Amino acid sequence: MLRTSLSIGLDAISYGMVLFIISIGLSIMMGLMRVVNLAHGAFSMIGGYLASFALKSAGLGYPLAIALAVLGTIVIALPIEFLLYRRIYRKSDELTQLLLTIGIAFVIIGVANYLMGPTTKSIPLPAMLSGPVDLGFRMIPAHRLFAVACGVCTAGLLWLLIDRTGFGIRLRAAVDNGDMAEALGIKTQILFSATFALAVGLAAFGGVVGAELLPIEPFYALRYMVVFLVVVSVGGAGSIPGAVAASILLGLADTTGKYLAPEYGEFFFYLAVILVVFLFPNGLLGRKH
Amino acid sequence: MSVKLGLIGAVAIAAASMSPAQGDTIKVGIIGTMSGPYALFGQNFKYGIGAWVAEHGSKVGDHQVEFIYRDEESPNPAKSKALAQELIVKDKVQYLAGLYFTPDAMAVAPLLEEAKVPMVVMNAATSAIVEKSPYIVRTSFTMWQNTVPAAKVARAGGARKVAIAVSDYGPGIDAETAFKKTFEAEGGSVAEAIRMPLNTTDFSPIMQRIKDSGADMIFTFLPAGPPTLGFVKAYIDNGLKASGVKLLSTGDVVTEPDLPNIGDSGLGILSTYHYAVSHDSPENKAFLADMAKVGAKPDEITMASVAAYDGARLIYKMIEATNGQKDPEKALAAVKGMNWVSPRGPVSIDPATRHIRQNVYLREVAKQDGKLLNKELQTFDAQPDWGLAKD
Repeated sequence: MLRTSLSIGLDAISYGMVLFIISIGLSIMMGLMRVVNLAHGAFSMIGGYLASFALKSAGLGYPLAIALAVLGTIVIALPIEFLLYRRIYRKSDELTQLLLTIGIAFVIIGVANYLMGPTTKSIPLPAMLSGPVDLGFRMIPAHRLFAVACGVCTAGLLWLLIDRTGFGIRLRAAVDNGDMAEALGIKTQILFSATFALAVGLAAFGGVVGAELLPIEPFYALRYMVVFLVVVSVGGAGSIPGAVAASILLGLADTTGKYLAPEYGEFFFYLAVILVVFLFPNGLLGRKH
Repeated sequence: MSVKLGLIGAVAIAAASMSPAQGDTIKVGIIGTMSGPYALFGQNFKYGIGAWVAEHGSKVGDHQVEFIYRDEESPNPAKSKALAQELIVKDKVQYLAGLYFTPDAMAVAPLLEEAKVPMVVMNAATSAIVEKSPYIVRTSFTMWQNTVPAAKVARAGGARKVAIAVSDYGPGIDAETAFKKTFEAEGGSVAEAIRMPLNTTDFSPIMQRIKDSGADMIFTFLPAGPPTLGFVKAYIDNGLKASGVKLLSTGDVVTEPDLPNIGDSGLGILSTYHYAVSHDSPENKAFLADMAKVGAKPDEITMASVAAYDGARLIYKMIEATNGQKDPEKALAAVKGMNWVSPRGPVSIDPATRHIRQNVYLREVAKQDGKLLNKELQTFDAQPDWGLAKD
């Protein structure tokens, strides 16, 4: 019994951490810039494709491939930010945001399908991270431990960045009162562009690290979008601890459900979502807007 | 200037398409997944038909044959029905073909008798489809057809306790039922039967559950596509392979386009299926050469292209038998009992069920000249659709 609970807990945390890494970028966009970015999954997918290319065609190592995926995705996304996203920060109405960002997602899907083909692209893992690790009470894929480590680091670094640096202070000022921040000499436009780049970079990072669970193919961009949005709304937009809590809670609901009663499908996942949203309409740790 | 030229061109094309056809043109409507997550298989329909036309020309006697492609995208019965109606009424097709998904094929079936249009199903694999209309003939496979040999192999290989894990939808449940029935009849027991939701991405808890059940073999079916990869990886990475639990599946789980992604850790995985791209026969070599001619890349070829290639053969035969006239009874009579050597091996159309009778092969993932492939180990001759065969 104890063994089973431990085993389920471990699966839940590792699945939750992958969800966290991908969703936190979306959470930042929604919480800080008030943009419901439905193209977020598309940027994760671009990251995955770039990493796959770097590893398989360019022959780079795994750490270099991750760096290339993150930077490359930011480089691809910045012109889109300059031309399109800049117009929908903060003040624009939600319908415009949804239509624009889902349009961007469709375009990226089409381009990916045309350039890379409809088949799944793998991201080969280095020997150190592939295969099982024996933990004594069970075997676990080494890669999952890596994902958990990545998730913990990401959460910690982001918290430092937003809560403890000058950039974070200015960003929060711009979010709370953009006009006043502007009047005090904070260049909000640059701040928002930088935050957009951060969100996209995190998306790409999550796309690469999570590719074992969410394989890279053109429809990735929309297939998992609902799950990412659910994590953000359960955790509360913009809250890092909220996103961590939501990811682990949802990971736990999903994993336990699958282990004990797989025929119920996603029932437990969505039951958890309904309960949380019912009890905490702004998400676990979200702020009222 | 260029705008003007373009206009003239457009007018010329419009005029040409309105002028009465030379001789006569027999139109064939193909409904397949041309876009979306399953676009690879729609592409394969197109390649397979293209390969047939490249080999046999686009004419049957004096009749020009024209294939019109429409996109079913996803399991979407309402849309497929509308597409079929449009093809029948507006394009006046004499034959329908394609259909990747079972629900889509089921939705089109009621139209056929009224419109007097025969339909060649090139994929949808639920047994009951051929019973929905006397005008349906199928060149693909069924779950029962591929699964019954799998259960026999499992038992013969010494498996006693099996865990079954299938996707929770029509064909998955067919596979579960077929395996369970056959395996228990042969004296084995089923430790666990798990139905996984179609959109499952994390298979780790399922692997853990199978491990705890004490099964010595897993039988699985998932539709070819991204989740199959996750399933196989979870099997390997959770240590089931290392601890000696064997994996047996239908070929859908180890399609050739997915093999490079599974990688060397997939070596030794067993599957039963009706077509391996590596099948060694002169017919298959010729087929693959024709496929290359129409632009199919070697790592994109799947079973759907062979079903389409053989489907085009049936359509040509029906056109020949009716001399281009609309006579579905005569057309169907011409293909019932027809037999030929397909790229997958010798096949025939069962006159009673109108489903294809074919060899099913036991294969193993192996490496040859640095390339992963499904190596055929054993042949089950002339398998009928066990789901329809009355016993």
